[in-house]
Amino acid sequence: MSGKHINLTLKVWRQKGPKDQGGFAEYQAKNVSEDASFLEMLDAVNEELVAKGDEPIAFDHDCREGICGTCGFVIDGEAHGPMKSTTVCQLHMRNFNDGATLTIEPFRAKAFPMIKDLMVDRSALDRIISSGGYISANTGNAVDANAILVPKADADEAMSSATCIGCGACVAACKNASAALFTSAKISHMALLPQGQVERKERAMRMVGAMDAEGFGACTTTGACEAACPKEIQLTNISRMNREFFVANVTKREKHKDGGAG
Amino acid sequence: MAHNLDSKIPSGPIESKWTKTKFDYKLVNPANKRKHSIIVVGTGLAGASAAASLGELGYKVKAFCVHESPRRAHSVAAQGGINAAKNYQNDGDSTYRLFYDTVKGGDFRAREANVYRLAEVSANIIDQMVAQGVPFAREYGGTLANRSFGGAQVSRTFYARGQTGQQLLLGAYSEMMRQVDVGNVELRSRREMLDVVVIDGKARGIIVRNLLTGEIESHEADAVVIASGGYSNVFFLSTNAMNCAVTAAWKAHKRGAYFANPCYTQIHPTCIPVHGENQSKLTLMSESLRNDGRVWVPKAVGDKRHPNDIPENERDYYLERVYPSFGNLAPRDVASRQAKYRCDEGRGVNESGKAVYLDFADAIKRLGEDKISERYGNLFEMYDKITGQNPYKQPMMIYPAPHYTMGGLWVDYNLESTIPGLFVAGEANFSDHGANRLGASALMQGLADGYFVLPFTLGNYLGGTKLEKVSTTNEAFKAAEHGVKEEIKKMMNIKGSRTVDSFHKELGNVMWEYCGMGRNAEGLKKALQEIPKIREEFWNNVRIPGDANYLNVELEKAGRVADFLELGELMCRDALEREESCGGHYREEHQVDGEAKRDDKNFCHVAAWEYTGKIDTSVRHKEELTFDNVHLATRSYK
Repeated sequence: MSGKHINLTLKVWRQKGPKDQGGFAEYQAKNVSEDASFLEMLDAVNEELVAKGDEPIAFDHDCREGICGTCGFVIDGEAHGPMKSTTVCQLHMRNFNDGATLTIEPFRAKAFPMIKDLMVDRSALDRIISSGGYISANTGNAVDANAILVPKADADEAMSSATCIGCGACVAACKNASAALFTSAKISHMALLPQGQVERKERAMRMVGAMDAEGFGACTTTGACEAACPKEIQLTNISRMNREFFVANVTKREKHKDGGAG
Repeated sequence: MAHNLDSKIPSGPIESKWTKTKFDYKLVNPANKRKHSIIVVGTGLAGASAAASLGELGYKVKAFCVHESPRRAHSVAAQGGINAAKNYQNDGDSTYRLFYDTVKGGDFRAREANVYRLAEVSANIIDQMVAQGVPFAREYGGTLANRSFGGAQVSRTFYARGQTGQQLLLGAYSEMMRQVDVGNVELRSRREMLDVVVIDGKARGIIVRNLLTGEIESHEADAVVIASGGYSNVFFLSTNAMNCAVTAAWKAHKRGAYFANPCYTQIHPTCIPVHGENQSKLTLMSESLRNDGRVWVPKAVGDKRHPNDIPENERDYYLERVYPSFGNLAPRDVASRQAKYRCDEGRGVNESGKAVYLDFADAIKRLGEDKISERYGNLFEMYDKITGQNPYKQPMMIYPAPHYTMGGLWVDYNLESTIPGLFVAGEANFSDHGANRLGASALMQGLADGYFVLPFTLGNYLGGTKLEKVSTTNEAFKAAEHGVKEEIKKMMNIKGSRTVDSFHKELGNVMWEYCGMGRNAEGLKKALQEIPKIREEFWNNVRIPGDANYLNVELEKAGRVADFLELGELMCRDALEREESCGGHYREEHQVDGEAKRDDKNFCHVAAWEYTGKIDTSVRHKEELTFDNVHLATRSYK
């Protein structure tokens, strides 16, 4: 903890609502503690704005521990800012130079409609999950947990994919605004576990379909998503998703419409 | 008139209470379930698991959250693990031992029957979460791994790296989203509950504000579940997420739900210390770190040397010294108070003097950096990011901070509040943790309530209660909507000169100073004079820019702070009345050699407060607690 302070100029995207025209506004962030987080720096700017009777800069945030996935915007062209594997709430001001000018704007993607200032609507990601990002397991009748053995290597790899916080940085960083990294992380997590096998093909088909239907772009494997991901979700997930989808597609069966015996 | 509350604890031996009760409960036939609607407020572990399992059963569920997505609920932040009495390690664990540890850990201020049920279903929770694909840590043979945790001498904690809460929430969330897909759960995110609607004495709906449009909406149902989390943000600086609030629970309280044990707040011993004036929140470092980290301070007062330059014999490993059998794994309240004592003595480190060391040097020497990195890597990185210091090279600095709240809306054995048809689950209720919560037990309670208790108790309520059809055009809905709109209008029209946060910080300072880690009568009385003054100024001088009819973050915060300003006063009243020390409630007048001194003769009860229109006239009711299985004894970790 350094105890040092810096001054910054901020160019912030301001947009009152979805239908309004947005634009950049300039603010001075003065005497910012190097130990403060980026969001705490914005809090201080907002306190000044409110004290003047202006509306504060709206941005999404919640846990401020880098785990909930709520926060996120673009700083100088980089989703979640310049630090590798760091959410914007865990980005600390000691990583910026005194006197710097920073440009701050929202995650931009057709599937993420604008809400206000730096906030966008990422509910499309929830709809991708509801299309198949689960293992159907009704409550109350699960077998003993140790009856399902999972090799440690598989469990660890599944865990690494499950680490995705759904912040949407991958979409914002992608020139095609693709949600492939997010969707593939969930498909991988479940495809790697024995519990996920039964619905494996159906899941891949449905989730990829939902992703396309939401208006996300196609993946062209540029890797920008992986570079921007605060949780280091790997591109190999996308390869796995493509394989899952391909196998599911070529081996799909027509659904039987027969009812049960009376 | 204060009276004894009926907790509806079933008769019979503790081991069979839940089984017998489940059989006695009324059932709703499958074809009738879809005719019943249930509202669930909050989509953390308790809310999402409740919505998922009620949806599976066939009820029509409407789930509400303030977040943009249910996956963001603050349950994600729990790092260390979830307890379950599986005895997979063959180290002597059992349902009874988990029950025993939890009752004792709660300092004999929890309800035995609830705690036993929690221990009983704990094993099912792990089975359920594994079936849903939660990637728990595994041994090489493919079986589940366990670790130990504060307050326990067996290894019963299941974990998923340092992200157990997140992985469990993603599990419950995905099951809920499955029900969204089949149409049994309707999800309404970015909605804040601002009132409960009570018709003919029963909870029949809620009023919410759509946070995007500002629209006030009415929603009706046959029953309402509140699973809206805890209220540690009353302290302003806490480990809670920024959107954690008491609002949903508090509005229910004002409609007649009693609020129990508000003074029971947990101070977590291992948080990153405060760095400065503009700090917005505190970050917790998982308690699991105490498995391998050793806590110490310099023996000499004011020793400002670099920790690596202080030789072994000039360090005081105070937890190991004072509590030889539990050592660094002493429960949270005990470890927190010890840290405070050392800092009060002038042995604290950091520029502020408000920190102690958590040192991994021995563990790294013993196990190697790789092993430590495998166990705690993400926590070490998080610490490095926040403080700019590398914990592999020098000890972490930690200090206690407000974390979990054990108080909450009073519920009976069925998790039903004093408003019929209003159920409360997870951290929002008061029921299972007593005056202290052991590590890895909050996740357990949230999931137990949602998956394994509410599906039965709600069915019993719906099956045994005559419910008239109501609609949102009913007078009660109109009146509640009107009240909510008036309150918002009143707040917007103040147009004062102070920001919402400035009031929140002022309240937080009073709460931490007088109702924090230590309390005494003099301080609490002072707080009870201060808080009404802050509240009065708030209602005359707060400034909320913009309008109420679209997304307005300052308005959202203002509503929450207004509720904290009332809750804070009730917390201090409750703390003042409870003339004993127990768990996280530490009255400085009641101690023996720095350890909490309980008064079982006069205070072996739950205090449940009834709102009467003003906080200073709230009525204190009691639920007497009886301990038939775990005998009342002084907790000792020595």
